[in-house]
Amino acid sequence: MFISLLQILTSELPKITGYIYPNEYELHWSIMIVVYPYLTGLVAGAFILASLERVFNVKVLQPVYRLSLLSALAFLLIAPLPLVLHLGHPERALEMFLTPHTKSAMAMFGFVYAWYLLAVLLLEIWFDYRKDIVTWSREKTGPLKYFYTALTLGATDLSEKALAFDDKIGRTITIIGIPSAFLLHGYVGFIFGSVKANPWWSSVLMPIVFLFSAIVSGIALMLLVYMVTTMFRWKAMNMLCLNKLGEFLFYAMLVDFSLELLDFTQRLYESEESIAILSQMITNRLFVSLIISQILLGTLVPMTAIAMARFGKLPNELRRMLYFISALLVQVGIFSTRWNVVIGGQLFSKSLRGLTVYKMQLFGLEGLFMTIALLVLPLIILYVLTRLFPPWDPNEKRRPTAPPAS
Amino acid sequence: MTYEAPKMKRREFLETVGKKLPRWALLFMAIDPKKLLASPEDDYKPEEHEYAMGIDIHKCIGCGRCANACKNENHVPREPMFFRTWIERYQITEDREAIVDSPNGGIDGFPETKGEESVLRSFFVPKLCNHCKNAPCVQVCPVGATFISPDGVVLIDQTYCVGCRYCIQACPYGARYLHPEKKVADKCTFCYHRIRKGLLPACVEVCPTQARVFGETGSQSSPIRRFERFHDLTVLKPSLNTKPRVMYAGADGEVR
Repeated sequence: MFISLLQILTSELPKITGYIYPNEYELHWSIMIVVYPYLTGLVAGAFILASLERVFNVKVLQPVYRLSLLSALAFLLIAPLPLVLHLGHPERALEMFLTPHTKSAMAMFGFVYAWYLLAVLLLEIWFDYRKDIVTWSREKTGPLKYFYTALTLGATDLSEKALAFDDKIGRTITIIGIPSAFLLHGYVGFIFGSVKANPWWSSVLMPIVFLFSAIVSGIALMLLVYMVTTMFRWKAMNMLCLNKLGEFLFYAMLVDFSLELLDFTQRLYESEESIAILSQMITNRLFVSLIISQILLGTLVPMTAIAMARFGKLPNELRRMLYFISALLVQVGIFSTRWNVVIGGQLFSKSLRGLTVYKMQLFGLEGLFMTIALLVLPLIILYVLTRLFPPWDPNEKRRPTAPPAS
Repeated sequence: MTYEAPKMKRREFLETVGKKLPRWALLFMAIDPKKLLASPEDDYKPEEHEYAMGIDIHKCIGCGRCANACKNENHVPREPMFFRTWIERYQITEDREAIVDSPNGGIDGFPETKGEESVLRSFFVPKLCNHCKNAPCVQVCPVGATFISPDGVVLIDQTYCVGCRYCIQACPYGARYLHPEKKVADKCTFCYHRIRKGLLPACVEVCPTQARVFGETGSQSSPIRRFERFHDLTVLKPSLNTKPRVMYAGADGEVR
């Protein structure tokens, strides 16, 4: 948000420089298309984090396992909204499902999305919660009783054999889910990476960079969500879990940053026809959002802070603070990454002779307030989900008794 | 005097009818009422045609009549950010720098240069949809609303386009825009409504110097055939492998 505001404030200053094709005066993909990969990235990242616990048996991540699944669901439900809001004819959106053009990278979104939502995420959550849903359907009263009873889908068997089956199926779905999550976000990267007309997008590394930045944003999101929810429930934070999250976040950021550096170095070294205009764009139009916000504030500062918190000898209180601030900065950084890809890719002319500007609306379907709404909405859904399906461990400790640090 | 009706025996009558009716029926069957009511363009069979356009840079004087005619003919919004065709002016300076401009797509002509930079050479380049054989816009359209017609023209079904603008992003030539009222993608159609009647595209029709040449690539007598035979041709951004149907004669290496 910070970046967008900055862009608004600064957008009046620079005008079009050089020559752009006349049809390029209008920027075609607005901030809605920035929000879309940002949201799907959070989904994929949160899910991959959850699978670490499930498939690779990282038991210290137990406290965030269910929370991650619910977060992935909350963000996934909102992810297609910015796309629909952006369409010139939203009433024709379903044509993408009914008469898809199979050679189009975009047409496959509906199927990847449906597969991920229906076949992976909902199934996994259902199998994981089935025991609790059955229990709640017996304990609760009033409308909630009917709600949970309906959700059991009639499968009320809680025998050991049935529960073992749930576990086995849940694990299998997670194993299928990991490549699916990779597919979901790698695919979003492909939508941009396959546009050969645009030298800023056209890169074989694009899906991979998208994927790793997704993992980074997902882990950082879960750090934030876990810390905030634990704080407001007046429970003690599990430092083992936090440290592990911090560690994974650090590694993911390391890979992500290395990949982006590789991409950058490659472009600079190859020095193709587009290099002059792209350099001009980076130093000119994207200086704040790329150099300051994405690289400095969004990557280098949080990486240093997380490394200090995780591997340094610091009091737990300070560690938590560092983690929290870092995770927030990472979110700003990843949002800037999406901004720099989507908006950056449209700030230079395909004639490679000029730069244009993006002026965001405040109101309207593709404006700033809608963006804020789209970013807050998943959090509200997540709140409702955690009320309906509490993901918390019943044996959690209360806050005053801080657990020992690792 | 009494009138005597001509006598025709029943047998005769039946014989006559029996002989003549099939002939009349055959005649009626030969006439297709749909064809009787149809205009000549309905005879148009796209698979029997293949079009291309040639642009002779040396002949273009940058008058802008083509861009203006296009806006009139195709109801392109008048604002200076929507064009199906436009003209660019290139000025190569003594430092071998290219200065490009296209004020209002060249419709109002080009302002005189102030002579601040000494210009080595200068030329005009009309631009439009390249009607690529390997069209990136067609490839990316998620619903198949944009397609290549059998005669080689890239068209948009505007009743089907969802307005996602992926095609606009995929076009390397900046030839597409989102129609501000219809909220769908729009671009040059080679004046499809005209060429299927055997007419020329509006821009070709009005060009005073015949810098634009249009025709059927398959026909021996076609002007485009002649154009192809007598010029060294190039296409825009050949490295992108889009295989355009719009060919340029005398285009400078700076043109992109």
